[in-house]
Amino acid sequence: MMEQDTVLQEKYHKSNKDKVKKFFKKHKPKKYINYVAIIICIVIFLISSGGMKRVTCTTLNEIAISILLAVSLGLVIGFLGELSLGHAGFMCIGAYIGGKVALLLQPYISSSFILLVIALIVGGVAAALAGVLIGLPALRLKGDYLAIVTLAFGEIVRSVFRNINFFGGVMGMDTKGIQYDVRKLFIIGFFLILIMLAVIQNIVYSKHGRAITAIRDSEIASKATGINVTRYKIFVFAISAFFAGLAGVIYAFCKNPTADAFSYNKSIEVLVMVVLGGMGNVNGSILSATLITFLNLKLPTWLPPNLAVLKNILYSLILIVIVIYNNAPKLKSFRDKYNFKNLMNKIFKPKDDASIIKNDANKWDRIPTKIEMNEVLSVDVNVEESTTTPDVDKGGR
Amino acid sequence: MCTVKEFLNYEIFCGALFFKKKGIFMEFIGTLINGLSLGGVYAMIALGYTMVYGIAKLLNFAHGDIIMVGGYLLFVFVGIVNNSIIALLITAVLCAIFGIVMEKLAYKPLRGASPLAVLITAIGVSYLLQSLAQIIFGTQTKFVTLFQNLGVINIGSLVIQVSTLITLFSCIVIMAGLTLFIKFSKTGRAMIAVSEDRGASELMGINVNSIITITFAIGSFLAAAASFFYLLKNPQINPTLGSMPGIKAFTAAVIGGVGSIPGAMAGGVLLGIIEMFTAKVSFLTPYTEAIEFGILILILLVRPSGLLGKKRREKV
Repeated sequence: MMEQDTVLQEKYHKSNKDKVKKFFKKHKPKKYINYVAIIICIVIFLISSGGMKRVTCTTLNEIAISILLAVSLGLVIGFLGELSLGHAGFMCIGAYIGGKVALLLQPYISSSFILLVIALIVGGVAAALAGVLIGLPALRLKGDYLAIVTLAFGEIVRSVFRNINFFGGVMGMDTKGIQYDVRKLFIIGFFLILIMLAVIQNIVYSKHGRAITAIRDSEIASKATGINVTRYKIFVFAISAFFAGLAGVIYAFCKNPTADAFSYNKSIEVLVMVVLGGMGNVNGSILSATLITFLNLKLPTWLPPNLAVLKNILYSLILIVIVIYNNAPKLKSFRDKYNFKNLMNKIFKPKDDASIIKNDANKWDRIPTKIEMNEVLSVDVNVEESTTTPDVDKGGR
Repeated sequence: MCTVKEFLNYEIFCGALFFKKKGIFMEFIGTLINGLSLGGVYAMIALGYTMVYGIAKLLNFAHGDIIMVGGYLLFVFVGIVNNSIIALLITAVLCAIFGIVMEKLAYKPLRGASPLAVLITAIGVSYLLQSLAQIIFGTQTKFVTLFQNLGVINIGSLVIQVSTLITLFSCIVIMAGLTLFIKFSKTGRAMIAVSEDRGASELMGINVNSIITITFAIGSFLAAAASFFYLLKNPQINPTLGSMPGIKAFTAAVIGGVGSIPGAMAGGVLLGIIEMFTAKVSFLTPYTEAIEFGILILILLVRPSGLLGKKRREKV
C-alpha cells in the first residue's frame, strides 16, 4: 500500500509538473513579461508622478519615445528583414502634421487631452500613409537598394519640412500653445507603448507574423507557398511608420520640432538600439532603448564634456563587435559552445545524482553491455528463417 | 513658399529662353562646367562605392567618412609639408592603407554573413570614425588652404574658376586611368572576374582576398583624391564633412547601378549637374537634396537595378 501510494503521489506530482510545463510552453512567459513590466511602470508612475522632478519626467518621456521608435523599427528590421534608414522621417511627419493639426484645432477644442488624442490619430495615420508610400518601392527593391531608398525618403521629408514656411521653416514649428504637461505626457507615452506591444506582439505571434518571418527567411519560398508578399511588406511598413508617427506627436507635444532633429543620425541612433537589443527581439529593443536614452541624457551631466563624446565611440564599437560576434561565420562554433542558454543550463540544471542510479542498479545489471558474436549471428539467422522471409521466396522454390 | 510672382520671375523666364539671350547662354555653359566638375568629384567617390560593391558585395557605408579622414590628414600634412601636392600624395597613400585596415578588421570576419549584418557593421564603422574625429580634432570647423589665389579665367562673359577646371581635368584623367587599369592590367581583369563570379575566379587561381584588399585600397585612394578636390572648392573640415558627399555619391552609384563603373561615373555627373542647376534657380535651391533623392527613387522605381546596372535573376 505504502509503495503504491508513493508511486501514485509521484505520478500525480509529475503530471502536475507536466501541466505547469505545458502551460508555460503554450503561453511563453517572455511574451507577456513586457506587458507586466510596462503596467508596473505605469502604476508606479501614476502613484508617484506628483512628487517627481520635472527632469525625471522629461527623461522618462524621452525613454517612452525611444521605445516606441525602437520597437516599431525592430518590426521592420528584425521580422521583415529589410533595413530601413528613414525611421526619423516617419517621426518627422508625425511630429509636424500632428502638431500642426493640434495647433489649428486649438481654438475650437478646449480640452488638451482630446487635442492630443486627435493629434496622435492624425499624425499616426499620416505617417502610416507615408509608410505605405515607402512600402511601394519595397516591392521591387530589397536589401541595400531599399536601404538607400528609405534613407533618401527620410532626407526628402526633412528637407521639405525645413523649407515650408507653413510649418515654421528652418527655425522649426512653435508648439508652445499646445505643449502638454510633461508630468502627464510621459504616462500617456507609456500607455502608447502598451498599445504598441499589444498590436505588434499579436501580429508577430500570429499567422501574419509567421508569414512575415517567412518572407524574411526566403522571399521566393514564401511566395511559392502562397504568401502575399506585397500585402505583408506594405502592411509592416505602415504599422511601423504609424508608431514612429505616434512617437513624433509625443515629441511635438513636449518640444518644438525642428527638421534637423530628425536627421539621418536619429535613424542611426534608433538602429543602434534595435541591433543592441537583438534583432527580432521586442524585449531586447525595449531594454536597449531605455538604457541608451538614459545614458544619452545622463552621461553629459556626469562626465566632463570632452569625455561625453566617448559614448559615441563606445556605441559604435559595441555595434560593430556585437554584429561581428553574432554573424561571423568563423565564430559559429564558439557561439554555439558559449551561448547564454548553454551557460544557464550548466549553472542551473542539477547534476546527475549518483544515488538515483544506485537505486535501480539491479536493473542496469541485467542489461547486456556486450553482445556476443554468436548472439548476433543467431539473431540474423532467426530473422531470416522465421518472420521476414517473404512469400515470394517460397514460391520461387 | 514661393509666391506666384516669384514663380514667374525673371530668372526662370530667362531660364526657359536661355538660348536666345547670349549672356544667359554663357551662364548655362558656366553652370554646366561647374556641374561637371562637381559631378566628377561625386563620380570619384561613387567609384569607390561601386567597385567595393561589385567585388566584395558589401555597401561600404564608411566610404564617405574616408573623405573626412582624408580631409583631416590633408589639414595635418599641409601644415607639416607646406606643399599641397606632396600632402595629397601622402594622404592618398595613408588613406589607402587605412581602407585596407578597415577591411581587415571590420569586414573580413563577416565575409559570407548576411548582407544586413555587413551593412550595419559599415554604419557602425562610419559612426566610429566620425566620433573619433570629433575627439581628436574637436567639433570646430578647421580651414585648410591648398592653393593660394588660383584666380579665374574669363572667356567673353563666361567666368570660370581655375580650381573648377583643375578638378574637371584631374577627374577625367583619374577616371580614364582607372578604366584603362581595369580593362588592361592583370589585376584589373582579375577584379572584373571576381565581380562576375567569385567562386569560378577562385577556381581559376585568383586570390580573391588580395583582390578585395586591392579594391578597398583603390577605393580609399579615390576618396582621398576626392576630398582634395572637394576642399579645393570649400576648404572647411569638420567631423561630418564626409557624410553628405558620401550619401550623395552613394545615391549616384545607385542611380548608375551599383557594381557598374561607367554607371557610377554617369550617376555622379548627373547629380553634379542637377545640383549646380538647382543652385541657379532660386525657388528650387532649398530643395536640392529633395530633388536629387526624388530622382533616385524615381529611377529605382522604373529600373530597380539602376541605369546601367545588370539585372540579375534570382535563383532558388
